[in-house]
Parts: sequence; structure tokens; C-alpha cells
Amino acid sequence: MSSSPLLEMLHITKQYPGVLALDDVTFDLYAGEVHCLVGENGAGKTTLIKILSGALPKDVGELRVNGKPVFLHSPADAFEAGIGIIHQDFKLVPELTVAENIFLGREPCRGRSPFIDFEKMREGARAVLAQLGESLDPRARIGTLSVAQRQVVEIAKSLSGKNRILAMDEPSAALTGKELKNLFAVIRRMQEEGVGIIYISHRIDEIFEIGTRVTVLRDGKHVHTCKTSEADRRGLVSWMVGREMDQEYPKVRLQRGKEILRLENLNGGKLRNIHLAVYQGEILGLAGLVGAGRTELARLIFGADRLENGRILLDGKEIHPHSPRDAIDAGIGLLTEDRNRYGLIMEMSIEKNITLSNLKAVSRGGFIQGEKERGAAQQFAEELRIKTPSLDREVSTLSGGNRQKVVLARWLFTRSRLLLFDEPTAGIDVGVKYEIYNLLNQLALNGKGVVIISSDLPELLGLCDRIVVLCEGRITGELSREEATEEKIMLLATSVVDMRGHRDDREA
Amino acid sequence: MVSSVVGVDFMTSRKNILSRILSQYGISLALLIEIILFSRLSPFFFTTENILNVTLQISITAIIAAGMTFVILTAGIDLSVGALVALSGVLATSVLKLPIPLIYSFPLFLATGILVGVFSGWLSAFFITRFNVTPFIVTLALMSIWRGGAYLYTGGRPVWGLPHAFSMLGGGRVAGIPLPTLIMLAVYAAAYIVLQYTRFGRHVYAVGGNQEAARLAGINTKRVLRQVYILCGVLSALSGMLLASRMNSGQPNAGLMYELDVIAAVVVGGASLFGGRGSIVGTFVGAMLIGVSRNGLNLLNVNSYIQQIIVGLVILVAVMLDQMRKR
Repeated sequence: MSSSPLLEMLHITKQYPGVLALDDVTFDLYAGEVHCLVGENGAGKTTLIKILSGALPKDVGELRVNGKPVFLHSPADAFEAGIGIIHQDFKLVPELTVAENIFLGREPCRGRSPFIDFEKMREGARAVLAQLGESLDPRARIGTLSVAQRQVVEIAKSLSGKNRILAMDEPSAALTGKELKNLFAVIRRMQEEGVGIIYISHRIDEIFEIGTRVTVLRDGKHVHTCKTSEADRRGLVSWMVGREMDQEYPKVRLQRGKEILRLENLNGGKLRNIHLAVYQGEILGLAGLVGAGRTELARLIFGADRLENGRILLDGKEIHPHSPRDAIDAGIGLLTEDRNRYGLIMEMSIEKNITLSNLKAVSRGGFIQGEKERGAAQQFAEELRIKTPSLDREVSTLSGGNRQKVVLARWLFTRSRLLLFDEPTAGIDVGVKYEIYNLLNQLALNGKGVVIISSDLPELLGLCDRIVVLCEGRITGELSREEATEEKIMLLATSVVDMRGHRDDREA
Repeated sequence: MVSSVVGVDFMTSRKNILSRILSQYGISLALLIEIILFSRLSPFFFTTENILNVTLQISITAIIAAGMTFVILTAGIDLSVGALVALSGVLATSVLKLPIPLIYSFPLFLATGILVGVFSGWLSAFFITRFNVTPFIVTLALMSIWRGGAYLYTGGRPVWGLPHAFSMLGGGRVAGIPLPTLIMLAVYAAAYIVLQYTRFGRHVYAVGGNQEAARLAGINTKRVLRQVYILCGVLSALSGMLLASRMNSGQPNAGLMYELDVIAAVVVGGASLFGGRGSIVGTFVGAMLIGVSRNGLNLLNVNSYIQQIIVGLVILVAVMLDQMRKR
């Protein structure tokens, strides 16, 4: 680590109408370090990154790169200053190739002509990718790549200039297991090259694995900066929430009750021979890598995708969900993985989002009865403690955790008996996560069937009574709460080749 | 330093007040300003007779715009409405030429027109939901097909010689108010109630806001789309029949370019072409804004070429104001 910092952000203050988003925040970054930035949603991480990217002007404060003051009025200025940003949602054009995306907006041309020098572009792309230890074909279209590969392209894009500073906003949100290991390998290689990296993540484990230093923000203020080797998990969490947390995963153990859901030899999409049972009083976890078929399984049960064959029994009776409506009527609720894209109608009010799936209950002859609707929405909003000044507010005004509660309220209002949660705490603050965990326990206590899909292994281990692991569309194992460990789950999640052999033996 | 911070505060608060006024009254405010302006400029503008005249003039396109509002709320579009005005007009009026008394042929006339509208809407929805073709393309094709069909059916000549009493539909008055105006008001009242207070209306907003999320919430999105296009088709056909009565003939070139006027009214009324946002009251005000512009400019004897340019500018300014409001 060199003695003078690569980047200094001094006394940065940013005022939004009614909110002080950043209050005298100072942050610095040295070459070759990974400086993690943590804090709850609304703590000011994203605002800080936006100021760094030139997308947002600061009100007060100073930015210095290599000790020299810089003034960023646009993302182009930031790029010029050697600052690269990787946003949470990738900004790649799916129809263009890897090379075209990497050089988007700064395509090399033949001399002074307007014609692109594709040869030079591909060479440049190949060089940057090699630097990252990746051998992607520069001519491959982005649309054909996996999420992890796209991320590498995104990193390559931000490094293809002379960038020495790289800010990554939740790069791991869509990754699991091996892909995450790859990302970390890429980050370490960049570190060796002397790039300074700002790393934002909600997953605390990652910070200890990859981080050199960590800075905690809360309510727009700088709370703490220290070496990760000098911090511990509990300390970090309490700095983030501003109070002591007794335990991260509350767990209520219940007597296992009667069977709610039974799947017999289910086939559909990539899923093969799925046998599974869910009982009252337990929380069942579905683990596996991204693409293992966990989401597909939930969608199959919910009637969102086509079932090829097999039986689904709810409370011992066979059901045939041909559409989500059928599944809902049978008593199943699905909390989708990306609630903003698949769960909520953003333009609609909180109230209307809560009642959407069960309007029949609050209407007569096709006409919605306003008072009844308000009453129902109010009841569930209070029960789940949705924080908002008014239920008439658009759901887009809510934070991630409260949006999740709105979706949950919808399924409670439809009186679902089986609830499928797909990544229920993705992008949700530590404090609200805890509330969601308590709600999950409460649901199990009330006799509902609860199934959780999560890529956050500590979360699954902390919450579930039983964990079923999928790999490439097959169930590769089941672990009880007592026997489950991260290692065992990862082993099962990557074990399809052995299992297939094993299974064939057994069937033969 | 301190003074500049105060300056910022002052600026934001003033911007807040402006945006609050705009968001509450929006284009209604623009309409009001326009009405005051024309009342000042022309003594003939703000009279009962002229206001009724404006409503009569806009009634044909405004009725279609009510249906178009539903379609645009689902993030769709229907370009076939103008051609449908012509097709339903010529097909329905030809029924009136049958050698039977008007008492019998008139219900048949209505039924024919409405059936044409239902069929067209159903066909649009069929291609949109079954084959996933974008509404723009499907209805663009139908626009051409229906227009060609209307010309082919009539051989390019209008359907003339209709019973004299038939012109009552478009030209009659009840309590001094033109019948098309009354029909338009009834259509708007019904559309308002449906959108605000029924499950169907709620589903329309949900499908437009996020089709996949709506499906996963248990809404039969294909059925909603079908109903919406059929509704728009039926209202276009209704307009086609009213127009035929006003002209006392079935014209194969009737309703040319109506789709543009209709879409303009909906968009000026604040609806988002991406779906999920918009209101029936907004569409009505939008239709009025365009109608009042035309009427007022006529009264002021503004050259019709210049009129077209001004109406275009009014649309631009209205939509711009609406964008500022959203910010």
C-alpha cells in the first residue's frame, strides 16, 4: 500500500429536499486495497457512489484523485479522472458483442474516419479480459452470457480505460458459490495491479473475506472505519443498525405438524423427478446454485410454468395449477425473487397492491367496496408494521423491506396456506431482515407451510428446520437443521455428476 | 456560504409550490387558461351555444379516446380506430338501405356496427396475446385492412340515400343538448366508474403497470387485454355510426387520421404510453383542450394551416407540462 491515498472524498455533504443524504462524510481509498462500504438502505452508500460517478453534484466537500482536486460534472468526467463504476443493475446492451460493450461510447476508429476498427477493438477487449484472467470470446453477444460472465464484461468495461479506481455496488447480489469465488479472484488480481476498489455489499461474510478496510455509514453519517482484521461481525452489525443485536437469526422450534404439500415425481422445465414434502410448523429451505432450478420449482408449484407430469398434493388433495390463479385459489402464495419486477405494481398504491390478488373478497358484483378494501389493507399493514405515512402512497416510495411486507400482506390477505419465499431478504437492511425472520417464524407458528429459497447460506442455516439441496434440476440431498453446514450444502449443490451416477446405480 | 444555502432552499421551496400546483391541476389549468384567453379575444366564444358546439365537435373522437384510454393504460395502442370508424359506418348504414321500416332496421344497424367493433377488437387481442405481436404492428395492419375493406365494400363510393329520420342520431337534441354530446358524457361517466370502482378497472391498471407481476398476482392478463381491445373497438364503431348519421351517409374515407387525434387526447390527458398511469378525466380534459384550440382559432379566423401548427404546439406544451409535473 502506498503512502498517499488514490482517492479522497472530504467532508462530502448532500442535501435532498427534506433529507440530508450525506452529512460531512469523509472516505479515502489506497491503491491495491478493497475498501468495503456498508450500511443499511438509505445510509448514503449509493449517494456517495453517485457523487463519485459524476452523476450527482455534491453540495459541499472536496474530491481528490492522487492528491489533486477534481471536479466531476458528468460520468464522462469521472471516467476521465480514472474512476470506474459498476452499478447494481448492469448497463450492458444485450444485442451487442462483448467487445462492442466494453468500448461502448469510445469505439476505436480507423484513423480519423467514422468507421470502427473492429480488429483493434477485439484486441483491446481480449487484452483487458486477459488481465482479469478470463478467456471470453470478444465476439460473443452479451445476451448469450451468464450473469457472472456479464459481470466480468462490466468490470472489463470499467477497466478498459486507465481507471485506477473501481466502485462496485452490490456485485455479488446475483452470484452464488463458484461465481462468487471467481469474482473474488478477479478482484484480487486487480488489487495486485494496484487498482483501488470500493466494494458495497449487504452480505457481511463477503466483507471479511475480500475487504482490506471497512467503512460503516448510518443515516448519511460516517460511523466507523477500521481494518477488517480488527472488526467482528457483531460489531459491524451493531454499528450499522446503531444498537446491539442479540442474535442475527431468531429461531423458534416447533413440533412438526401434518403434511401440507407433497410433490410426487414432478417433471417440468429443467426439473426432473422431484419428490418433496412440506410440513406444518417447519421452515423448509431450498438451497442450490443459481440455475439449479429452485425458482423454477417454486414457479411450477405456483402454476406459473408448465408442469409436464407428476402430482402436486395440497393437504392430501391433488391440485392442478394451470395458472397462478389456480394456485392462489388452492391456497398457495409466491413471493417472487425480484419483487420489483415480478411482485409489485410500482405505479399502484400500497393498498391496491395488498388487495390485488383477492379483490373478490372486498367487492360485490364486480364493484370494489372502498371501505372494505381500506379496512383489509389497514389490518395487514398494521399487522406487518409497514412503515408509511399513508396507504395511498405509491408502493415505489417504500424501502425494500417494506415492499416485501406489502407482498407478504397480499398473500396473508388471500389466506394462503403455503407460502413460497424466493430470496425473501435480498437487498433488505439488517434491521428489517430481522423483522422478516420473525414474521417467517410467526407464519410457521400459525400453521402455514413455509418454504424459503435463498442464496445466503448462513440465512438458510439459521432459519430452516430442514434444507433440501438442488443441483441442475434434481434434488441431490436433504439435511436436517442439526446436520447442515455450509460445506455440506455446497458439496450437494455441486455434486450432480456423482449423484447421477449414484442414482443410475440405484435405479438399475 | 450561508446565503447560498438559503438561496438553494428558497429555490427548492418555490419549485415545490409550482410543481404542487401543476400536479394538482395539471392540464385542467392549461384548459382554463385557454378558455379565458379565447373569451377575451372573441365575444362569440364563451356562449352556451358555442360551448355546446365544441362538445359536439369533439364527441366523435372523444368517445373513441375513452376506449383508447383503457388500451393505453395496458401499455397497448390501437391504430385501427380511424379505419374502424369507416368500416363500421359503411357496413352499418348499408343495413339501413334494406326495404324494411326504420324501426326494424335501426336496431339491426346498431347491432351490425357493434359487431364489427367487437370482431375487430377481438382480432387485435387474438394476435397480441396468442402470437405476442406488439399492439402497434397488429393494429397498424388492421388499420390498413379495415380501410381497404371499407373502400372495397363500397367500391370507393359513399353509401347514400339513407332514411331521413336517421340523421336524428347525430343531429338531434334533447333539452337543447346535442345527442352526440349526451352519448359522449354517458360514455365518460360509465368509463370513469368502471376504471375507478370495478375489479376490471383495477386489473387494467395492474396489467399496464406490470404484466408479469399482474399474472403472478392471479390476474388473467390475456382476458383483460381481450376485453380492453373489444371495448375500444366497440366505442370506435359507436363513433363510426354517429359520424355516419351526422353526414347522413356511410363514407369509406370517414375517420381518416382519427387515431392521431384520439391518441393525442389520451396522452395530453396525462396517460403514459408505457401503461399503468392515466385517467379517464384526464383524457376528457385532453380532448377538450384540443377541441377548444380548434374552435377558438376558427372563431378568430386563423388560417387553417396555421391552426394545424398551433394545435401541434398545444399538444407539445401540454405533454411538456405533464413531464415537469412528474419530476
